[in-house]
Amino acid sequence: MTSSSATSPDSLAKPGWWSRHQMALVPWLFLTPAMLMFMVYVIAPIFESIAISFYDWDGLGTPKFIGLGNYIELMGDPDFMVSLKNNVIWFFGFLLSIPMGLGLALLLNQQVFGIRLAKSLFFFPFVISQVVIGLVFSWFYDPTNGLLLHVMAALGMDPVAILSDDRLVTYGIVVAGLYPQTAYCMILYLTGLNNLRPDLIEAARLEGAKGWTMLFKIVLPQLRPATFIAVVVTIIGSLRSFDMISIMTQGGPYGQSRVLAYYMYEKALSEYGYRMGYGTAIATVLFLLMLVYIIFVLYRVYKQEQETD
Amino acid sequence: MFPTPIANTSLPTRLLYKVGLPVALLVWLLPIIAVAFTSVRGLGDLSSGNYWGLPTDWRIIENYSAVFNNTPLATYILNSFLVTIPTVIGALTLACMAGFALGVYRFKFNLLVFFIFVGGNFIPFQILMVPVRDLSLRLGLYDTITGLVLFHIAFQTGFCTFFMRNFIRELPRELIEAARVEGASEIQIFFKVVLPLVRPAVAALSVLIFTFIWNDYFWATVLIQGSHAMPVTGGLKSLNGIWVAQWHLVSAGSIVAAMPPVLIFFLMQKHFIAGLTFGATKG
Repeated sequence: MTSSSATSPDSLAKPGWWSRHQMALVPWLFLTPAMLMFMVYVIAPIFESIAISFYDWDGLGTPKFIGLGNYIELMGDPDFMVSLKNNVIWFFGFLLSIPMGLGLALLLNQQVFGIRLAKSLFFFPFVISQVVIGLVFSWFYDPTNGLLLHVMAALGMDPVAILSDDRLVTYGIVVAGLYPQTAYCMILYLTGLNNLRPDLIEAARLEGAKGWTMLFKIVLPQLRPATFIAVVVTIIGSLRSFDMISIMTQGGPYGQSRVLAYYMYEKALSEYGYRMGYGTAIATVLFLLMLVYIIFVLYRVYKQEQETD
Repeated sequence: MFPTPIANTSLPTRLLYKVGLPVALLVWLLPIIAVAFTSVRGLGDLSSGNYWGLPTDWRIIENYSAVFNNTPLATYILNSFLVTIPTVIGALTLACMAGFALGVYRFKFNLLVFFIFVGGNFIPFQILMVPVRDLSLRLGLYDTITGLVLFHIAFQTGFCTFFMRNFIRELPRELIEAARVEGASEIQIFFKVVLPLVRPAVAALSVLIFTFIWNDYFWATVLIQGSHAMPVTGGLKSLNGIWVAQWHLVSAGSIVAAMPPVLIFFLMQKHFIAGLTFGATKG
């Protein structure tokens, strides 16, 4: 089987080096390719980015060390502040997908004819690229003939060009982003609802619990794992938002719909400039914000590990 | 069961549900239905402002062939497949191996390595952008499908390893012990015992990763320039710039771009959802 074959005379007395060490070596052998790839493309770049953020660099010439220069500039950069503010809007706006997803899941957790198809159709938006969703919503908001225009006219309201209105634009994009995100949260909750403990529900019913009481006292506590995942993916999704903004407005009008993820790209890699150092400084800020959640997730995984051991 | 099964409710509620559900579905899917209709509209509809009614003349073949003949859409689609398929295979191969190592063996740093893979999943892409682009340039892989594939494999390996490791850890340990007693080497245990058992996880991850990579837009924008290597998401964006307000073409292109993941989702729904909701029901 291994190098210690029965034909070699001393193998019985002393197993080969490989078979003596294979339990210790095999895991590292199997880990190496994945670790190598992950180190080169994910872990090392994080540190490189942080290092670059202390330099003034156009991506071609010699980088010039400027210490905290980029960060000091960020503090006084009104565009950075707008992006940060929009990230806050995205954050809170996106969290709406959790109750909305729960609502849809409660609506669909039935056993009637065709419900399976209905569930998958409700999930549809998540499967489609955000690029496509972004295009569709830009068309909805189109100020000359968009659906929103017709709806507002029907309601007797003055039409609004959402995507060119600097106060409304971010909210308009967040609504588009909520569409697939709500579908995602819905699926998480549908799975959770599937695994409710029927005995607890029945016992609570016998005690007279129903409606909201039942939902908040009996059902939601059992859905905590689903809620946890929904919160994690939603928060991360809100901080990662890039696709929709790039498709729908390219940060406009006048940069009013930028978020950190988009502003970073614009600074480092677009016709607006190749300021790699400044871009990575923005990315580092974004990374530090996200680190809070990464640590939160890892801590929970760690606690789970200790329970199962 | 919660909420109360609709069959046990009063008649008005039951009726309301039966009528309300299709209506809710229609409203929910309105954006997608509108796109589907518009993708077959003729120019007459668009110029007369019939954006939202039924199409008056159906231009299915004209619109779709226009999209394919007058634009590099077919190349974009092909590129998307050339990026997505190797990524799925590569990431899953690496993740099965790493998941095996982390799930079966107890060794120093096991948890630390696992945490690196888990944590790496959640970082914002932007922190990787400048160095990864720079690395690709230096390796001569910028603006190539290979360069994009290598990055996607690396990043997806993190998520897949997380999933595979947890899946493998749940497998009954007796199977592995029994194989060892029988004299199987550790490598044989991987191929003969573990790999056949992880097939459901591999299926779930394949469909999920396929969709994620097919729909990726950010890395296509960062690592690819020309249409020779551009996937369909980035391609659609550049076409949108050319087709200003030609919504019938934009729609047809969008439908074509959305088709492969949608088909995969409908064919492999069970696996897709199993992958997506992994960990959402326990813990």
